[in-house]
Amino acid sequence: MLTNYCKYDCAYCINRRSNDIPRATLSVSEVVSVTMEFYRRNYIEGLFLSSGVVRDPDYTMERMVRIAKDLREKYKFNGYIHLKSIPGASRELVNAAGRYADRMSVNVEIPSEAKLKYLAPEKDHASVYRPMGFIKQGVLENREDRKRMVHVPRFVPAGQSTQMIVGASDDTDRTILTLSSALYSMPTMRRVYYSGYVAVNSYDSRLPALKQPPLVREHRLYQADWLMRFYKFRADEITDGGSPNLDLDIDPKMAWALRHPEQFPVDVNKAPYEMILRVPGIGVRSAMLILNARKFRKLNEEHLRKIGVVVKRAKYFLTCGELSIHNLREARPDVVRRQLTFDFGNDG
Amino acid sequence: MMDNSATFKFDGSIEGLLSAVFDSYYLKIYPQVLTREVAGSSLFDDDIYTVITDPMKAGRVWRALERRVSKRVLEVMVTSFLVETTDGNVALFRYIRSILDSRENVESDFSNHDAVNVLGNCRRVRGEAHRLLQFARFQKAADGTYFALMEPRYDVLPMCVEHFVDRFSDSSFVIYDRKRNYGFHYDGSDVRKMKFMHDNEHVLGGGLSDSCMDSDERFYQQLWRTYFQAIAIKERINPRKQRQDMPCRFWPFLTEMQ
Ligand code: SF4
Repeated sequence: MLTNYCKYDCAYCINRRSNDIPRATLSVSEVVSVTMEFYRRNYIEGLFLSSGVVRDPDYTMERMVRIAKDLREKYKFNGYIHLKSIPGASRELVNAAGRYADRMSVNVEIPSEAKLKYLAPEKDHASVYRPMGFIKQGVLENREDRKRMVHVPRFVPAGQSTQMIVGASDDTDRTILTLSSALYSMPTMRRVYYSGYVAVNSYDSRLPALKQPPLVREHRLYQADWLMRFYKFRADEITDGGSPNLDLDIDPKMAWALRHPEQFPVDVNKAPYEMILRVPGIGVRSAMLILNARKFRKLNEEHLRKIGVVVKRAKYFLTCGELSIHNLREARPDVVRRQLTFDFGNDG
Repeated sequence: MMDNSATFKFDGSIEGLLSAVFDSYYLKIYPQVLTREVAGSSLFDDDIYTVITDPMKAGRVWRALERRVSKRVLEVMVTSFLVETTDGNVALFRYIRSILDSRENVESDFSNHDAVNVLGNCRRVRGEAHRLLQFARFQKAADGTYFALMEPRYDVLPMCVEHFVDRFSDSSFVIYDRKRNYGFHYDGSDVRKMKFMHDNEHVLGGGLSDSCMDSDERFYQQLWRTYFQAIAIKERINPRKQRQDMPCRFWPFLTEMQ
């Protein structure tokens, strides 16, 4: 981090102007030399470059660009650079940064705009989505250029990411996941991070008083995110239960399966890939292995176990060979649920 | 006469294992066990057949495999070999036999237990290589060479050197496997395999001795420790997770854990 000084006053942030904390600012050359020394010693794989807002967004952004540029050009730094763009930075600077960074991010922080304005008066969604758009455009243009010409420098090859704070506002998981899914529809958006809110002050009554950051909820959101990215779930399926929030006791994939007994059991020897993926206890890798292996023979429970299926969980939802082990419609969903939460506690 | 419960003994090299495959066809014996040669054991044990490593035989088996399976699978096989266990050798041997025995392409038949084991071993070795890349910690010596000492579970140093050459571009480094007592030296342009004398003080001491260290080395080590402690968020420390991500066996070499 370049500096924890900041002229903005976002309620959820430790560095906000009205917090009384010691401030430190590193010079461009200090950041560069410490980074190189750490990198050579293999302490770090790369640099995560972020900063509080000093003077104005462009002034700050310009210093960050200089760090990235010096590392690449003067010191031949091959490591990973993740540059956290300052909300409201200009297109020119975002483009300059993109030439040196592997990944860039602009954080949404608060899922709904009204709540963002309420908690962070200097920000709005436009200040977030505009630079996101610059990055996207830069990456897409660069892709086209690289198709046509040979020596085009790369532009943010690892795409962009963003982060939402969970629990600082009363936004529901449905709101959060719907927004995530919209963000993932951007072709350059690689990851949405969810960060359980850690209390940063006790005086601001706009914020909830949390003793503990909501780690379980954060974990469930990551699982839901995973389902959207790799398991072909849609946001509205994940939260199609009675409550707009995720079940904290069981993971969202299991929760969906228990809400939809009509979809099970799945026949591992016949069902399409998409349905196999929906079986709790079968991951992406096992699903692929199943598809490959069943070309050679009918799979039984032992094969599944060897392939890496967690039979203990999956058994309620599938049939294989002659034996339908325990199926969900016979063992009622609420019984299965109790069984599984008992077996696995909170660990999903 | 040997029957099909025979044990094959080989020299522990991949060529040796491929030669064993060749011999098993030639002798029409399907060994149940395949062990690495143990020094001092009798060569004339009744049902132990000693495979003589022969590059010609190994080459023939290898080319046969190249015709049968994809490059990716060949790579998986070679990598899995590095687990250096008898079970791993047997699984690989049987997997190779099943590929050569069958008319169809069976490389992706994962209901075959040997295939699953080979894949698992490969993943284990790759995981270790990955951890080595993560956890090697270099110290700067007075002459500007960076030095890292490791004890990886498998012999993965050769898989990792390229990565560090990339990182150091024009400065020199040594990375050393204390368990297997060899390492690589990169002088800014070329990589060479090297071996320290068995009583080398840096190897014994687990790192550079103070007198050989660059004058800034201690300063950066301290700075890193401070930084490492500062970024740990108190509310989120999770010792179980930490041990999972950063297994204890690496701690002696980790600057931030000292
Ligand atoms: S602009 Fe960034 S650093 Fe400044 S208070 Fe807001 S979140 Fe914190």
